[in-house]
Amino acid sequence: MTVNMTKGQAISLQKNDGGTLTAVRMGLGWQAAPRRGLFGSRTREIDLDASAVLFADKQPVDVVFFRHLVSDDGSVRHTGDNLVGGVGQGGDDEAILVDLARIPVHIDQIVFTVNSFTGQTFQEVQDAFCRLVDETNGQELARYTLAGGGQYTAQIMAKVHRAGTGWQMTALGTPANGRTFQDLMPAILPHL
Amino acid sequence: MTAELVRGQNHPLTQARLEIRVSAGKPVVAGATLSDEQGKVHGVEWVAHPGSPTLPGLEVSKQAAADHRLACDLDALPETVHRVSVLLALPSGGGGPVRFGAVAAPFVAVTGLDGSEVASYTITGLDAESAVVALELYRRQDAWKVRAVGQGYAGGLAELLADQGLPQAHQLAGSINEAVAQGLARSVAAPPPRTAEGDRSRHAATPARGQDQGEATPQGAPGHVSPQHGHQGGQQGSTASGTPGHGTPQAGYPGGPAQSDPSAVTQPAASGAGGPVNYSHPGRQAAAPPPPPPTAPPARPGQPAQPVAGDATGWSMEERLYNQVWGMFEDLARTTAAYRSAVDFAESRLEQELDKVLSDPRSRIGGQGDAAREAARAKHGQLIDRAREALDRDLAQLTAEAEVVEPALPAAFARWDSPVWQGYRVPMEIPMALRLGDLHLPESAGVSIPMLVRLPLERGLWIDSGRAASLDASLTDSDELRRLAMDTAVAHAARLLAVYPAGEYTVHVIDPAGSGASALAPLVQTGVLSGPPATGAAGVNEVLARLTQRVDLVQMAIRGGAADSLPPDLDTAEQLLIVNDFPHGFDDRAVTQLRYLADEGPAVGVHLMMVADREDAAAYGPLLDPLWRSLLRLTPVPDDHLADPWVGHAWTYDPSRVPPGSQVLQHVLTQVAAARRSWNR
Repeated sequence: MTVNMTKGQAISLQKNDGGTLTAVRMGLGWQAAPRRGLFGSRTREIDLDASAVLFADKQPVDVVFFRHLVSDDGSVRHTGDNLVGGVGQGGDDEAILVDLARIPVHIDQIVFTVNSFTGQTFQEVQDAFCRLVDETNGQELARYTLAGGGQYTAQIMAKVHRAGTGWQMTALGTPANGRTFQDLMPAILPHL
Repeated sequence: MTAELVRGQNHPLTQARLEIRVSAGKPVVAGATLSDEQGKVHGVEWVAHPGSPTLPGLEVSKQAAADHRLACDLDALPETVHRVSVLLALPSGGGGPVRFGAVAAPFVAVTGLDGSEVASYTITGLDAESAVVALELYRRQDAWKVRAVGQGYAGGLAELLADQGLPQAHQLAGSINEAVAQGLARSVAAPPPRTAEGDRSRHAATPARGQDQGEATPQGAPGHVSPQHGHQGGQQGSTASGTPGHGTPQAGYPGGPAQSDPSAVTQPAASGAGGPVNYSHPGRQAAAPPPPPPTAPPARPGQPAQPVAGDATGWSMEERLYNQVWGMFEDLARTTAAYRSAVDFAESRLEQELDKVLSDPRSRIGGQGDAAREAARAKHGQLIDRAREALDRDLAQLTAEAEVVEPALPAAFARWDSPVWQGYRVPMEIPMALRLGDLHLPESAGVSIPMLVRLPLERGLWIDSGRAASLDASLTDSDELRRLAMDTAVAHAARLLAVYPAGEYTVHVIDPAGSGASALAPLVQTGVLSGPPATGAAGVNEVLARLTQRVDLVQMAIRGGAADSLPPDLDTAEQLLIVNDFPHGFDDRAVTQLRYLADEGPAVGVHLMMVADREDAAAYGPLLDPLWRSLLRLTPVPDDHLADPWVGHAWTYDPSRVPPGSQVLQHVLTQVAAARRSWNR
């Protein structure tokens, strides 16, 4: 069952049958900018980027984004940069896979962010969403819609953090501005 | 609206924050120089280059790549800067192209931060130049403009920088090349891209190409560049020394473990008498579905699956094992990275907490401080224990995997003490890769990873007979080290000879003073060499001249598109030249020829194996630096100088050695020699 999450809502990443999740995927999808007029190639493409920052005790330890696609320990993997978006029918255009069982023991929080690399605000982006999927069975755990998001170019989506022996996810949905995750660091820190 | 500039044309810039995108098709170095009103570059601190990528208002990438994005903020530049010249250069050494005439015309574009193009320029008309000023951004009456320049320099970066009035142009050009080559010379070549279209494993005759080395750089390729860029082109590029073995039905590994020979299933039977006619195109045979990989039996609940040899993707058992070994390599690199990162974190946290206790006045009273210190230490210990637990769990899994993979490896991948070598038969086709030794990390001494390099070799080998900094120098004196280096070289050469089909690998030896005679004995006595080791200056010159001529002929034939017109007596086999005692017996001309072979040879199947101490050649100064850099450095004793392509750990390399007292080398070489004799007849 999909949870349409609201800001600040936390869900435990437990399976319905009580087992803990082992792998999750943060998927990001948006619709490519429509082609206009005769000079179709002159559209301004929209490049959204998904990033994940790994924290140990509030210190950033590693980051996964389009220039560093796999965390050094191999537990978090970005499937690759998509520069233009998709057809906007719900498929993920960028995805970050997290193998929860393999995350190094000192990492206690992973923050997911979305940035508009080409500078358009989320108002101009159509059908953008971000979702969290149980990678083992493809079931959607949570979904967040970005479209109509207003005059900002980035959003701190969610964090996945250790809770007891398992993991928990909290929806953050904080708007921010910036081109890559570096610009967002000041905005991320209060959420840790 | 994009302005497509022609050479000399300029265009106004309205934005201050810009991006300059470069796309060259082949890895290039991108940099930028700042100059004042008179067009003079004041010093090295006015040049942004891979060794020093950031200046105020300017950032370039740290390595050579086919695509670059340079960031530029004109407002952030110092007031005195009136011009920014964007320059491109071909990386020197490493066997890549040396002139822009040999690569596609580079394309540069100035774009705004939103990706909208302001102006673009295709640099055409370059030929022998190896460095070029692509664009300049310049200040005119407080407004910035961009001009298409396209000024090339045949003398490379040094000449370019000197032309801009930089006094230290040569040193800087050297240090830029050094910075670009640094990652390259140390890194183990990255595994091949996992392309969907198979068949690449069977490109037996495709020579190694220079630009492949662009992929050998460790992670973090700049920008949106795909790390596999250009690989396909390189794979399918020229087929210089088309070997007869290419396209023959694959015969698997005679002598390999019986159950690991699925090739009989992969390939339709050779059209022999009586069999049904095979209509499939010979080049597409590999498109037949491969047999399913062996799958692990279902694991018991709560237990990891039992490892199985060949449990990876691939079109043949050989390719699966190759991919599995690379998978193990990556897993070990990453699990160790996780462990090291956790330990580092635990250490720094402990330090911080102890500092805090020390600076807290309350801790001076009673046992409070001690208790806090104790708690900090306990937290530290706990975290390290958990990290170690995770590492041990992964190491146990990898050890179990290594235990099943190692015995299943075919001869080319196997250790010398493997039974596969006892049952050695001369193969019918070239294997994908060759084992040069083992790699391990200090945390994981129990698990070592076979170091497999693709065949044909992408670059030559340098067996370092000099004293490495890290090894226990007291054990081995310098003569002993030289002797060990030569033994290692002979073992590598013997392995290369053994894994190629008869007559497809030729080994030449230059041993000017005859000092390697005893180590070379196994090669000489069995008669697998093309001739006796060359001695003296005359011998050196004769061998070098012969190989240089071969490189020239094959290159000319390829450039002229006339590969059929090579002289009939030309040896089509891959060539390996072992050079002992360099630079003994080499005059200046011979050194030049050797460098030529190192640069041009790999593309046409001529490889070097230098057995040398870099110190001995110190008299040549930086002249030989590109030579050393273009070779993969191996050591005769364990040494931690190789980096993995993912995380960049320093791995300890242990050369594959023949077990003492073993006759396996003689046994194998005797068979190689017999096969060569019957092939020559």
